[in-house]
Amino acid sequence: MKFLVCISKTPETTAKIAFTENNTEFDTSGVQFIMNPYDEWYALVRAVELKESLGGEVVAINVGPASNDIIIRKALAIGADRAIRINAEPESALGVAKLIADHAKDEQYDIVFTGKETIDFNGSEVAGMVAEYLDLPFISYASKLEMEGQTATINRDIEGGVEGIKVDTPFVISAAKGLAEQRIPNMRGIMMAKRKPLEVIEPGDIPAPVSVVKYELPEKKEGVKLVDPENMDELVRLLHEESKVI
Amino acid sequence: MSVLVFAETIKGQFKKAAFEAVSYASKVAEKMGADCIALCLGEVNGAGNLGKYGASRILNVNDGALNHFNSQAYTSVIAQVARDIGAQVIILSHSSNGKSLIGRLAVKMEAGSVSGVNALPDVDGSFKVTKGVFSGKAFATYEINTDVKILSLMGNSFGVEETGSAGNVEQMSAEIPSSRLQVTEVEVSEGTVPLPEAELVVSAGRGMKGPENWGIIEELADILGATTACSRPVADSDWRPHHEHVGQTGIAIRPNLYIAIGISGAIQHLAGVNNSKVIVVINKDPEAPFFKAATYGVVGDLFEVVPRLNEALRKFKAEA
Ligand SMILES: Cc1cc2nc3c(=O)[nH]c(=O)nc-3n(C[C@H](O)[C@H](O)[C@H](O)COP(=O)(O)OP(=O)(O)OC[C@H]3O[C@@H](n4cnc5c(N)ncnc54)[C@H](O)[C@@H]3O)c2cc1C
Ligand SMILES: Nc1ncnc2c1ncn2[C@@H]1O[C@H](COP(=O)(O)O)[C@@H](O)[C@H]1O
Repeated sequence: MKFLVCISKTPETTAKIAFTENNTEFDTSGVQFIMNPYDEWYALVRAVELKESLGGEVVAINVGPASNDIIIRKALAIGADRAIRINAEPESALGVAKLIADHAKDEQYDIVFTGKETIDFNGSEVAGMVAEYLDLPFISYASKLEMEGQTATINRDIEGGVEGIKVDTPFVISAAKGLAEQRIPNMRGIMMAKRKPLEVIEPGDIPAPVSVVKYELPEKKEGVKLVDPENMDELVRLLHEESKVI
Repeated sequence: MSVLVFAETIKGQFKKAAFEAVSYASKVAEKMGADCIALCLGEVNGAGNLGKYGASRILNVNDGALNHFNSQAYTSVIAQVARDIGAQVIILSHSSNGKSLIGRLAVKMEAGSVSGVNALPDVDGSFKVTKGVFSGKAFATYEINTDVKILSLMGNSFGVEETGSAGNVEQMSAEIPSSRLQVTEVEVSEGTVPLPEAELVVSAGRGMKGPENWGIIEELADILGATTACSRPVADSDWRPHHEHVGQTGIAIRPNLYIAIGISGAIQHLAGVNNSKVIVVINKDPEAPFFKAATYGVVGDLFEVVPRLNEALRKFKAEA
């Protein structure tokens, strides 16, 4: 089987969030970047596991500049066989999805994997867009995926429960926690990754229907009001009378 | 001019998120001087009630093929209806189904989309709307420059507002594409409000020492009518089910009240909860980082404080 895994680059989870250029640009100074956790821990690992048991090929794809090669090499170290980077700044979800779909449309992938969302822009949009461009079924927030022949059995996270799904390949799936267990690349994987192919493709037309015009940081909290641990009646009173949440 | 809002159901019943989406859509429509038209799909109970939240027309496509969620079929039907009524703005809930639809619909309608918006758009001149980014650590204002705009509304960010009265439901027909995808079962826990919709949340972490101690947490949630949540290591060690895990890599929530018990307040945990309106932190370590994000703090041993809180709440509820 042939699997495509969409990987994105995000600030590391403890990164300090600040903005420059009059609050119109994310301040990247001192920020470390990583592969989006959902893409790495769940989507990529599940694709690699399926390849290991069923045979085939895992291709990692990223839309981004040359500085992203470091996270792409990590995907190769974890087990992708080869990688493609589409050389464009990821400005909007639609732009990213269009470029990925342009590549995928003639490649006959059995499954296209993405993460459930990126932890920076929290979009949850790219996967559905790719699915619509390719006219394929799409299963979001998958926490389990088993294959039998061409038929997949999938659990999808829904509010307060799960939905069970059966679908034949090809399809698009976005990965949530549970789909696989995080893998740490080993030395052999890291050495092999250096020799695996990383193809760079120049982009075609990129739609840009939306753009960020301004960022803001949340208002500072006023500071905590401490309540005597012996006096929980007081806490109940504050919740009821002062903040009116109960 | 019209604003189309898709009102979600599960097993034929509206979700709270549906009423919130309609409330929001009716205000968007008011700002634009447009009609607010609500759409529900499949067999639905009480569709007329959407009128109470501001829908001036209520449409239903009742076809068996729509009784289960299917992103391809739903996208196709919503797009047909949107074209039919000439919708300028389409509003979805930022729920599991909404997240499956927004991208598809954006491609199908050639529309600009912003997912997880948390406030009304600015419609004077250009169309601008804000959402949380960096997992709750900041907000971004987006400008959409296409004719048709699609938004999904973050749960609990606008509120449910009853403004009108129940209306008539118009049945419509639509072409439904066949699909290879089959929903084999839908399993939802009965009785409790799902985390993303919950207004009151009681959450506990590794300070609990073990799953056998969760009785006091469940008791607290029970008295309040709250939903339970937990930190990531708690879910990772299978002390609690993984759908309770909140934070950057879990569920992001914004309840009115979040009570954090025996949770240190690591930045990845805060990322999923710091948009809660009121945060109560109970921790024996006065240096725990969570106190910086708290509205009210209690420094003490949770095994003493929580039973005391339960007692106080029970008394309060009995008097109320
Ligand atoms: C990439 C990445 C993503 C992550 N995503 C998430 C996420 O989504 N959600 C998440 O929660 N975490 C996440 N984490 C983990 C996070 O960094 C913390 O490790 C985690 O939140 C800690 O959980 P905790 O507060 O329950 O445990 P601890 O940090 O061990 O804290 C336990 C707390 O309980 C207190 N305590 C102990 N005993 C008592 C007592 N008797 N009475 C009162 N208080 C007591 C202690 O003082 C302490 O503050 C992520 C980490 C990484 C690296
Ligand atoms: N620049 C990108 N290159 C490749 N894949 C991406 C890119 N951006 C997002 N994705 C994929 O789409 C998923 C969802 O992203 P989003 O819709 O932006 O939240 C991510 O988890 C990735 O799998």
